[in-house]
Amino acid sequence: MEFNPQQLVFYLFALLTIGSAVIVVTIKNIVYAAFALMVTLFSVAGLYVFLQADFLAATQVIVYVGGILVLILFGVMMTSGSLDLKLKLERGQLFWGGIVSLILFGLLLSVITNTPQWENVDAGASQEPTTRKIGEMLMQQEYLLPFEIASILLLVAMIGAALISRKEVRDE
Amino acid sequence: MPLGLQFENLHQFFVQSSESWAQRFVQDHAPVLTHLPAPLGELVIMLACCVIFVAVVPLLPLGLVLAERKVSAHIQDRVGPMRVGPHGILQTLADGVKLIFKEDHIPREGDKFLFVASPYIIFACSFAVFAAIPFDKSILVSELNIGIFYIMAISSVIVMGVIMAGWASNSKWSLLGAMRSAAQIVSYEIPLGLCILTVVMLVQSLNMQDIVTGQDGIANWLIFRTPFTFVAFFVFFISAIAEVNRTPFDLPEAESELVAGFHTEYSGMRFALFFIAEYANMFAVSAIAATLFLGGWHGIVPAEMLPQAGILGFVLKTITLGGLLGVAIKTLLLVFVMMWLRWTLPRLRVDQLMNLCWKYFIPISFFNILGVGIWGLIFPKDSMLSIIISIAVIILGLIFTFGVLGRSLSKGAEPPPSSAERRISATT
Repeated sequence: MEFNPQQLVFYLFALLTIGSAVIVVTIKNIVYAAFALMVTLFSVAGLYVFLQADFLAATQVIVYVGGILVLILFGVMMTSGSLDLKLKLERGQLFWGGIVSLILFGLLLSVITNTPQWENVDAGASQEPTTRKIGEMLMQQEYLLPFEIASILLLVAMIGAALISRKEVRDE
Repeated sequence: MPLGLQFENLHQFFVQSSESWAQRFVQDHAPVLTHLPAPLGELVIMLACCVIFVAVVPLLPLGLVLAERKVSAHIQDRVGPMRVGPHGILQTLADGVKLIFKEDHIPREGDKFLFVASPYIIFACSFAVFAAIPFDKSILVSELNIGIFYIMAISSVIVMGVIMAGWASNSKWSLLGAMRSAAQIVSYEIPLGLCILTVVMLVQSLNMQDIVTGQDGIANWLIFRTPFTFVAFFVFFISAIAEVNRTPFDLPEAESELVAGFHTEYSGMRFALFFIAEYANMFAVSAIAATLFLGGWHGIVPAEMLPQAGILGFVLKTITLGGLLGVAIKTLLLVFVMMWLRWTLPRLRVDQLMNLCWKYFIPISFFNILGVGIWGLIFPKDSMLSIIISIAVIILGLIFTFGVLGRSLSKGAEPPPSSAERRISATT
């Protein structure tokens, strides 16, 4: 097989993704787990770049690293005593978690094996930015309804969050 | 071929042109180098450009730190550092040497690994932003299709480094500073993103070079293109000041309350890394503001009205604020405004900070987006008419705003004598 520096980078990202994910699951310290998750999410963004999804990669970083992970850390640090918390695994969790992940693994495996052939997207052929395609699909074509439903869901969640935080103030 | 790994054309997919930025740069500025044999020549060019980039960008903070000290000194009627070098211009260099030789102190109770790692994360993210900022037609590290979105994504990771530093220090000042900083950056990212969105809606591209290309001549600068982008510029700039944690929004490192915020426990070169990153950030957000709203490398006068060739063309381009030096002048002006504000305004309270963001900036930004959308429907293409209308609306708005403000200010200037004053005048 011809050596390609980009393949090296790809395998590096793959290794980083899996390695840091293993750390997230196994480590006892919750803050370390959160920071290992940052590496995982970042390397997944790197894998998106290899799939020619530049917009998706940036979105992954901005939403998961810049948003959700910061909120996780906020929650951990605002809750007193949770910084020194040692994460323990209960036996039942291991069982059910194992079953769920096995099912998921089987599902992905079946998708991989049932795909008749892996197509290489010809990168040189499509020169138009991915954002155009995403915008057209979301606003004009088949994904308009799911998009609107998701936006309503977010609005409901936002109003709910505002309501909950306001109630606490009134109780004081 | 396992799993379809074919990456040859990957780079060309993300950047629209088939040539690399280095090739274009060399063709424009040093055509001699193109005669080198193909792989070697390209490597040499790429390396040279990288070295220039990596060497020049950290030098900016060196100058900016001195500038800040001089500006603050003159605002406070002092002279500032004068001893090292003529007029003190080598002061920062001396400070840098001092910081290198200081003890590298790591708190015993802190978390060693994260403590060491966090300055690198902040530093790397601050400098990765520069990769997508265009400084001239050909001076741009990577012409990404999603340029401005990439900048937002990378700069949002800085928060992680700040939290990491605050937590790993195992000090209450650091942790409090980090939490404040994170809350502030996450909040002000929203108006910042919405202001960028108004520009993107107008230009219909996320590519930084596309954003600049349309802004030829001052009438085409995006700030004057619609009244909404005019408002968006100011919201963007103020949010950017909050984003880089500077006074009046410097609660995360309020020295009267928190010692120095999230980098309280850092010393020596690690502290210097935070410092350099802070000034690099400041320069980066100013450069982004200049690119998005103030024409980028396009000057006041449209390019075709100026002679292009020779030194005369270069000088004229720079005088009309175009080209590499033009961008630098615009950016440094904005940086100067930031310094000016820092040494003029007092610090905001936490509730004022959050009120400003959530109750004023975010609604204003949403209104701007709606306005730009409607503007785009009325004027699908920019014409003389649309620009004249826009500038007229801006001027009327300014007159109205300053009229109202001026009247309320002049009313406030002569308050009725308070009871204390009356008592004093009664006793004398």
